Amino acid sequence: MSEKVIRHAFEAPNAFTQAELGWEPWLEPLPLDELTERHYSGLVDKGRANSSYFRLLVRDPDILGARTRTDNDIFYNEKGGLPRAQRELSAAAASRTNGCIFCASVHSRFATHRSKRHDDVQRLLDEGPGGQQDDPQWRAVIDASVDLTRTPGDFDASNIRQLREAGLDDLAIADAIHGAAFFNWANRLMLSLGEPTPPTGS
Amino acid sequence: MAVDVIDQLIGVEEGDALFELRLQRPEAKKNAQTSFTALFDSAELEHASRLERLAVAYWTTALSGSLTASFYRGLLAEESPDTLAALEVALPGAVTSGPYGDYPEGPLSTENAPGLHWEPDAALAISAGPRLAVALAHTHLLVYRPRDSSADALQTLLDAGWTTTGIVTLSQLVAFLSFQLRVVAGLTALKGELA
Repeated sequence: MSEKVIRHAFEAPNAFTQAELGWEPWLEPLPLDELTERHYSGLVDKGRANSSYFRLLVRDPDILGARTRTDNDIFYNEKGGLPRAQRELSAAAASRTNGCIFCASVHSRFATHRSKRHDDVQRLLDEGPGGQQDDPQWRAVIDASVDLTRTPGDFDASNIRQLREAGLDDLAIADAIHGAAFFNWANRLMLSLGEPTPPTGS
Repeated sequence: MAVDVIDQLIGVEEGDALFELRLQRPEAKKNAQTSFTALFDSAELEHASRLERLAVAYWTTALSGSLTASFYRGLLAEESPDTLAALEVALPGAVTSGPYGDYPEGPLSTENAPGLHWEPDAALAISAGPRLAVALAHTHLLVYRPRDSSADALQTLLDAGWTTTGIVTLSQLVAFLSFQLRVVAGLTALKGELA
């Protein structure tokens, strides 16, 4: 007899939001008391043992550890390159395109926190990636993220030129590419292994 | 120096401008390669076999229209020419463009986009066997319409003999390759535009 998925009674959020959502898995996370040193190495940050998402992914610890270290360098390495706000924007635009309500909530909130431009970020959520953006760097980063996210990809030399004409150097362009590419990894895990829970307090 | 698959797929070598650029995000570069190794050189194959991993890799990259597909095609050809042949026959009927799919009912329902819900035909199902057949359908879902994912889709995998751990690995495979093929596409475009 095969295992059974976990089914939830709550109504998952049905709109993009910058509010804090939770997330619940459809598969059983590894129990806390079964975590070994190798699992903690895969979790990278010990605190992630409290997250059902990471305790599910840690069932395959090596790929989780490599995933998280890739993620951290793309989004948190501040030696030059793309401003942090725009890395989050790239993540939010990919998530909006793929339809990951949970990922879009986290990274739109981070983009707002870093940029202090709540309304521009909210327009990305409300109107989608095609919504008006007056800042040429924001426009170029969003367009690049969408074109990379499409399958098959639409990203080409014209995206590079648009990013460059908006004032981004090669490292910043590489960061924009990696931010969008990484969320095509993250979105597929978040969307397929569980679902978001309603905002706390609603 | 050890092989870096992304460098190899883009065609860059030590000393090239793009090689130096990638070194400015050293952990991202190193761990993208470690991810590849974790998925394709794993010694723990009881939840997802080497053949299953390589078939899913070829299927993911071929469906995505990625230039990385020829690399994974080569790996699968060494492992199982028969599986590769069956997938190549099925590919034209499975290729489409995404992302599409439905949102939870509500204000986003106006953005619901119809598209192919692909399943292996009888010939492929027989050739691949029940476990790989459902994994290929799940791969198609993750590649093109990840927002259509559901508990039911995971139950289909469990019912076909996938374990919870095996589903985590399968999901990471498709998701990681969706990253890798986009890094390769993006950096290949950048390479062509470097001074």
